[in-house]
Amino acid sequence: MDIPRYWRLKNQRYRLQGKKCLDCGNLSFPPRLVCRKCKSRNCEPYEFKGMGTLYSYTTIFQAPDRFDQMAPYMVGLIDLEEGVRITAQLTDVLPDDVQIGMKLEMVIRQIYEDGPKGPILYGYKFRPVLKF
Amino acid sequence: MREVAIVGLGQTPVREHWESNLRDLAVTALRDAMEDAGVDTVDGVCVGNMLSGALSEQEHLGSLIVDYAGLDGVEGMKIEAACGSGAAAIRMAVKAVSSGLMDAVGVVGVEKLTEYSGKYSTAALATAADADYETTMGLSFVGINALLMRRYLYEYKLQKEDFSIFPVNAHKNAVHNPNAMFRHAITNEQYAKSKLIADPINLLDSSPIADGAAAVIVVAKENISRYKGKAVDILACEVGTDTLAIDNREDPLWLRGVERSAKKAYYVSGLSPKDINIFEAHDAFSIITALSLEASGFTEKGNAIKFAERANIGINGTFPMNTSGGLKGRGHPVGATGVYQVVEAAQQLRGTVASPIQVENNKIAMAQNIGGSGATVITTILKQI
Ligand SMILES: [Zn+2]
Repeated sequence: MDIPRYWRLKNQRYRLQGKKCLDCGNLSFPPRLVCRKCKSRNCEPYEFKGMGTLYSYTTIFQAPDRFDQMAPYMVGLIDLEEGVRITAQLTDVLPDDVQIGMKLEMVIRQIYEDGPKGPILYGYKFRPVLKF
Repeated sequence: MREVAIVGLGQTPVREHWESNLRDLAVTALRDAMEDAGVDTVDGVCVGNMLSGALSEQEHLGSLIVDYAGLDGVEGMKIEAACGSGAAAIRMAVKAVSSGLMDAVGVVGVEKLTEYSGKYSTAALATAADADYETTMGLSFVGINALLMRRYLYEYKLQKEDFSIFPVNAHKNAVHNPNAMFRHAITNEQYAKSKLIADPINLLDSSPIADGAAAVIVVAKENISRYKGKAVDILACEVGTDTLAIDNREDPLWLRGVERSAKKAYYVSGLSPKDINIFEAHDAFSIITALSLEASGFTEKGNAIKFAERANIGINGTFPMNTSGGLKGRGHPVGATGVYQVVEAAQQLRGTVASPIQVENNKIAMAQNIGGSGATVITTILKQI
C-alpha cells in the first residue's frame, strides 16, 4: 500500500496542481523542479481548471493486478485548456459515446480500493461536460 | 576511440522456461557466446535486465551471473532501461571497449517473466511508465500503446486491420527460427478477430511475455584475429531519450527518442536510412513498429504502413524486417530482447540463419531496441566484415 505516495500527491490528485515558470510562463503538469522550456528553477504552484478535450482514449480489458476488479474501464489523454496534456480515467460515459475531440471536465472519483479492508484512494477522472 | 566488433553470439530459445531459473538462462547464453568467441574469460560483464527484482526477488545480477558463469572475480553489473535494457547493456560494453578500458566484454540480456501470473507481470511491466501519473491512474503498458494507436488511426484515417502487415510478417519469419516462441504463421483474418487487450490493441498486436537470455562478446576491432568467432562490425550503438510519460510529449506520434537515437547512429556510422539492408524493429506492439519506421527516417510521418506495403518487408522484399520473427514472433523477454535483436542481426550478416529467412546480399543491418514507449531508444548498426 502506497499511502505516503497518495498523501504526497494530494494537491495533484484533488486539485490538478502543477507548476508555472516565473521566468518564461511555461506551465507544467506534473509539477517539475526545472522548467522544460527555459530550465529555470524559479517556479510556483499553479492550479489547472480541469477543462479539456480528448486527444486519445482506450478501453482496458486486461488490467494490472490492482485495477483488475474494475476492468473494463477507459483511460484517456486529455488536452487541458491551458495547453498541457494529462492522462486520466474517463468516467460517466459509455465507450460508444466517446470520441476524440469531445469536451471533458475533471471530477474527483475513487481510483481504487486496496482490498476490502484497505483505504479507498481518490483522484481526478474526466467526464463529458454536463449540458444544462 | 577504438572501433568495436562482435565475435561471439549466444541465445537460449524464448519459451516459458519453468524448469530454468534466471541465472541458468543467463549463464547458458553467456557461455555459449564465449565458446563461439573462443574465450575462457572476459574483462567485464554487462547484464541487461528489467524485472529480476520484481519477478524473481533477485537483484545484484552482475556478481551473481559472473560467479555462476565461472568468471570468479570479474566485474559485472546490471543495466536497466525497461524493455531497452538489453541494447543498453551492449551500449555500456561498447563504451568500455572503445574507450580502451577493457578489451573484451560479455553482454548478457536475461529476463524471466513467467514466475508469476500474467496480471502480476502486467503490473511489473507497467513500471516502465511514469508510476505517479500514468500507472497509478490504472493505465497498463498495453494501454499506453493503445492510446498511441487510437490517435494514429484517427489522424491518418486508417483501419485497425491495416496494421496486420507487421505481425503477419513477424510470424511468417518466426516459423524458421528454432529459438522463436511462436513458430506458426498467422493470417489477416485471425488478426481481425483477435481478442482485444486495450482497445484498439488486440492479442496479435502484442508481443508475448516470455523467458530467455541472449549474449554477445564485444571486442576491439583491431584484435578480432585473436578470436575464433566470425566477427561482425558494430558501426554504431547510440542512445536517444524522451519523456517517460507520453502525455508530456508535444506530439506523441513522433518518437523523439527514436529520432535522436537513429540520427546519432547514422551520424557515427556515416550512413543514411537507404543504406540499411535489414531492419530489426522493436515490434512490442504493431503501432511502435510504425512509429519507429517514421522517426528512424525510413519514411515520412503517417506513412509507415504504405511504406511497408510498397517496400515489401518480407525476406525477399526490398526492406526485410524482423527476419527472425521480431518481438512478436520470437517473443519479448524484455531485458533480453535488445540482445536477441543484435544476435539475430549478426547471424544474418554471418549468413548462418535458416535458409528460408536468410537475406541475400545484406551487408548492413540495423536493430532498434525501445524502452518504455520510446523513453530510451538504442539503435545499433552492424556491418559484415
Ligand atoms: Zn521557464
